[in-house]
Amino acid sequence: MKKLGGIAILFLGGILFYTSFDFPHWGDGKSPASQHVSPYYIEHAIEDTSVPNIVTAVLADYRGYDTLFETAVIFSAGLACFFLLRVPKRKAPTVRFYRHLPTGVTLRIEKGGRLPEKTREFERIDSVWVPYDLIIAMTCRLVVPFIQLFALYVIAHGHHSPGGGFQGGVIFGAAIILFAISNNLRRSLKRMSERTSALFGSLGVMIYAGTGIFCMLMGASFLNYSSLASFFGVDRITARSLGILIVEIGVGIAVTAVMVWIYYNLSSAGKQDEGL
Amino acid sequence: MESIGAIIIAKYNYWGVIVLLLVGLYAMVAKKNLVKKIIGMNIFQTAIILFYVSIGAKKGATIPIILHGPGDSSHAVHAAEYINPLPHVLMLTAIVVSVATLGVALALALKIYSQYGTLEENEISDKIMESEPG
Amino acid sequence: MIWQLDIIVLSMVMICGIAAISIKDLLGAGILFGAYSFMMCLLWSIMGAVDVAFTEASVGAGVSTVFFVAAVFRTTRRTKD
Repeated sequence: MKKLGGIAILFLGGILFYTSFDFPHWGDGKSPASQHVSPYYIEHAIEDTSVPNIVTAVLADYRGYDTLFETAVIFSAGLACFFLLRVPKRKAPTVRFYRHLPTGVTLRIEKGGRLPEKTREFERIDSVWVPYDLIIAMTCRLVVPFIQLFALYVIAHGHHSPGGGFQGGVIFGAAIILFAISNNLRRSLKRMSERTSALFGSLGVMIYAGTGIFCMLMGASFLNYSSLASFFGVDRITARSLGILIVEIGVGIAVTAVMVWIYYNLSSAGKQDEGL
Repeated sequence: MESIGAIIIAKYNYWGVIVLLLVGLYAMVAKKNLVKKIIGMNIFQTAIILFYVSIGAKKGATIPIILHGPGDSSHAVHAAEYINPLPHVLMLTAIVVSVATLGVALALALKIYSQYGTLEENEISDKIMESEPG
Repeated sequence: MIWQLDIIVLSMVMICGIAAISIKDLLGAGILFGAYSFMMCLLWSIMGAVDVAFTEASVGAGVSTVFFVAAVFRTTRRTKD
């Protein structure tokens, strides 16, 4: 099977190699890809939208329809993971592990035993027993706010530097995942529960679609941001820049929530009681 | 007909893409483990993204962020000084879709493991055959 | 665009890609996939695609590697091929 696959793939490689002689040279300025639409985008991006980052302008304004459905695809991937893996909680596990923090002693409580009182000295740990690591928990607790601040900067500064909604959203989600890895999954679930992340995911998509419908209510076509000019009291070009910013915020919220949601479902195989 | 050396220098990026495509496709077809197949799928996707991005490059041009000083908004912009931004936009969508597909594929692999106890494809098909009646 | 750097990073990408599918330990395969993603990000920033490189650095070398390690943790780590 491997040899047959290898031969077929080498044959395909030969065909692709033969057709690569017809492609344009690398770095050619006169290739067909650079001729028709993209000179218009490069030359008119600032005078139409006043956004210097051409990629953000094309992504959220000229080709905003694609980005709306891409956000819907991300949300439906999170939804698919949820429906595949999630096991609703039936009963509490019978054997529990507790750690006494001042002395470091681990207690294992069998079925029917008496649980310790809920003071700050007893901490519940996972059944896949990990040693208590103060350095990792404290370091990640110090680093997480700065990562979130950087993520918000990337979203807000996407007009002038590389960045935008997706990148900032993924970095924000990665900060929350870092908190869930270094501390318990249960602690992270207490702060950002699964229901919150699902709601934020759909909220992000609705902000994007809602902006489009709002533009339609103000008189122009769907996702034509220049009709927001009368609502905000600015001229038409700045209104397009503001429309891009609102849409990027919606995308960032949706991507954050879906990354955290997929991580919760993958790392606990649906049960959401213990993670990595 | 140009010399062989000139052809190699002009087109070597396409050959790098072809090698990566073949590596990814081989992993999807000939490997038996499900996680290796998923890794092969991701290698294939990033090789396609590399192909599109390398089409957009231009000799002697700069990154697609328009240079402007403070308060100066009236000098003309020439399209030959900036590289083509349109493939970058399409590939941003492709990268995010690939991570969404990765999440769903890993969820499927977890479900298969919890049902059959193994991730190798030949063992899974053996277990399916012997549990079918007749 | 400096072609010497381009050739070096392209060969590193191919080595990481071939190693990621041949190694027999699935955790090592996930980590090598993260390294492959990072090398791709460098290649795209050499070609001038800074937005795409930023996205790949955060998504591929960040969140994607975490998903792989989480999935390997919940299933098995050894493989026979």
